[in-house]
Amino acid sequence: MTRRVVVTGLGVVAPGGNGTKAFWELLTSGRTATRPISLFDAEGFRSRIAAECDFDPVDAGLGPAEVARMDRYVQFAAVAADEAWRRAEVDVEDPWRLGVCMGSAVGGTTLLELDYVATSHAGADWLVDERLASPFLHRALSPAALAGEVADRVGARGPVRTVSTGCTAGLDAVGHAARLIEEDRADVVVTGASESPISPIAVACFDAIRATSARNDDPAHAARPFDRDRDGFVIGEGAAVLVLEEWEHAHRRGAVVHAEVAGFATRSNAYHMTGLKPDGVEMAEAVRRAMEQARLGPSDVDYINAHGSGTRQNDRHETDAFRRVFGERAYEVPVSSIKSMIGHSLGAIGSIELAACVLALTNGVVPPTANLDTPDPECDLDYVPHTARERDLRAVLSVGSGFGGFQSAVVLTRVGRS
Amino acid sequence: MNAVVTGLGVIAPSGIGVDEFWPAVRDGHVALGPLGRIEPNPYPVVVAGEVSGFEPDAWIDPRITVQTDRFTHFALAAAAMALRDADLDPATVPPFGFGVVTASYSGGVEFGQREIERLWKNGPEHVGPYQSIAWFYAACTGQISIGNGLRGPSGVLVADEAGGLDAFATAGGELSRGAKAMLVGGAEAPFCPYAVCCQLGLGLLSPGEDPTTAYLPFTTHANGFTPGEGGAMLVVEDEESARARGADARAVVAGHCATYTGTQRFDRSAEGLLRAAEGALAEAGVDAADVDAVFLDAMAGQDADAAEAEAVRRLFGERADRVPVTAPKTGYGRCYAGAAVLDVAAAVLAIEHGAVPPTPGVRDCRFDFDLVTGAARAADIRTVLVLSRGLHGGNSALVLRHP
Repeated sequence: MTRRVVVTGLGVVAPGGNGTKAFWELLTSGRTATRPISLFDAEGFRSRIAAECDFDPVDAGLGPAEVARMDRYVQFAAVAADEAWRRAEVDVEDPWRLGVCMGSAVGGTTLLELDYVATSHAGADWLVDERLASPFLHRALSPAALAGEVADRVGARGPVRTVSTGCTAGLDAVGHAARLIEEDRADVVVTGASESPISPIAVACFDAIRATSARNDDPAHAARPFDRDRDGFVIGEGAAVLVLEEWEHAHRRGAVVHAEVAGFATRSNAYHMTGLKPDGVEMAEAVRRAMEQARLGPSDVDYINAHGSGTRQNDRHETDAFRRVFGERAYEVPVSSIKSMIGHSLGAIGSIELAACVLALTNGVVPPTANLDTPDPECDLDYVPHTARERDLRAVLSVGSGFGGFQSAVVLTRVGRS
Repeated sequence: MNAVVTGLGVIAPSGIGVDEFWPAVRDGHVALGPLGRIEPNPYPVVVAGEVSGFEPDAWIDPRITVQTDRFTHFALAAAAMALRDADLDPATVPPFGFGVVTASYSGGVEFGQREIERLWKNGPEHVGPYQSIAWFYAACTGQISIGNGLRGPSGVLVADEAGGLDAFATAGGELSRGAKAMLVGGAEAPFCPYAVCCQLGLGLLSPGEDPTTAYLPFTTHANGFTPGEGGAMLVVEDEESARARGADARAVVAGHCATYTGTQRFDRSAEGLLRAAEGALAEAGVDAADVDAVFLDAMAGQDADAAEAEAVRRLFGERADRVPVTAPKTGYGRCYAGAAVLDVAAAVLAIEHGAVPPTPGVRDCRFDFDLVTGAARAADIRTVLVLSRGLHGGNSALVLRHP
């Protein structure tokens, strides 16, 4: 018998406001949270803009020991997990049936860089001095620390792991979490993803391959998915956490059910670590398999949350994928990219986008694509420019592409209150 | 899970390729030595398990070698070996039927240190274009997929050592959902100064200076583990697909379970390991009474070892002192995520050869279980249990069975 998986809790830390409420207000307003980088002095970098979180860990409820121990991306996740867990109101009967599956692409890169600077005397010494390292540095090397911190907060004793498939990690973590429940390895899984990559090394990485926008004089309009005048993505940060629960388990306790995780699939393009082919064959395959699991046909999907990173390659690649799967129907389904407003937070964004999808389903509103003034002629779908749209949504699709060639798709469907 | 192992590719301090690795492991050869990749070595970790004689260009397109870290060199080479060993040409597998799952702990950290040094010494414009794809944890899965044309479902897990076992469960899940073949495994190359600096903070590394006594789990001398580099990739196929193409099933990946008992609370891991083992055996449809050998995690801390011994004792009850248990990794070091994968490879070889390899260097085991020491022990092995603990608190168990 198939075990079904539903979402019963949601928490978000995102640019433009912390908490689910502020997040949804930003997305439906069409405002953007992209701005000049303030987290470090970006003088001398090609791209000097980002979507940053205005996040104070103490205001957000973390204690001094937690603040000291946790890297910024772990702090985001802890706060998002607290919100999701509180809202889910789960009473855990058996902690061995409670799992955690978190995603991150670059993990503890912020602390790794800070301590590298300290231990190498700002790059002078190859043989770094370990006596100058923070006592928590070892937690930064492995993003397993992310899942561990979340597990400790909720008291999980079941499967606990981090998924790190680059920029699809946020979708894949939720997909893997759903499978832990489907495969009867857990009844409840706290899942999501977090990233805080706005640090010199990560920004320099994307400078080196010219993947990010250099619209430094106009940061509010720099993230322009599907727009003719786009010039790359704007790096972002943040976290989203979802509480997933087996359907019967949720209904038995009378939980408020926000959505069902109805399908997930991932495929690889086996083409290039960073480049995308003009065709979206592999993404289309992932979408088909996710829809197949959800038992949905092309006419059943009411909204597509695009990867929409705002690189020329991506926007054309996924537009092709949508045309392949949905045919003529592709022109009728609203497609939007919230990266236009909150940037691209690498491994976190997939989960943040799924949080947006849950809110879209429950509120009956499609968030817009900001800054879409003049569509790229090659991108000819309905990308919901500028303004959110009310719409009755029953099934939504979210897709992602990641370095390494990963293409992932998750289908969420609406379910009634139990 | 309907998953069978059909190919092995191994890169370990004990040997490159199964033909070198198995005799060294079977005979209890100690391949530990001075940490030579950092010269001079100013750090309080003197002994390490290093892979010697590895020539990436023998396995990898030189253009890719310069774009990738040593951990990815290992993974790519091990994947090539595994495909050859399985006699499987990816082009013969349906287009979306072949995927990759790797586990990682430290990523491409040597490559990362070089690039971050350029940034801080010379400025942001000196960071090269490959940093973005060489450092991150997904580098191995991505490169293996691209290098071999694998367009199926892929994944990357980070659960430290335990992730190496979790990768097999993830791959098994994909096979049961329609994939035909998966490359599964992971590798580590954690010996650049900054990676060592990070690991030292764990407080779990052995400070021992003598390669023959530095890593002695389950003894009163246990004082931390010796880190190693290397790993393995295995070809795991859907049982029916393997049979249809006439491939030899070397072992069945029969069951898996993972639990969590708190970051660096290894003193609490006994129950977690026990429940993981019981869950994996249940999925495999066997009992503890069916287990013929156990590959241990062997953290080599007093509390951690005691917890693992307790888990074994509770799992087997009265039979605890009669089930052979072993930790071959004392011969080549604990290779983080690669350690668990190497244990899986060794377990497959043990099943094939009918021999439980020993725990090199260990003589005076302080626990009342049957730790195999000295020489390999001949045994008809039908069912093997592999245990692993992650540094951040995961406990995983994998059951492999004779086909």
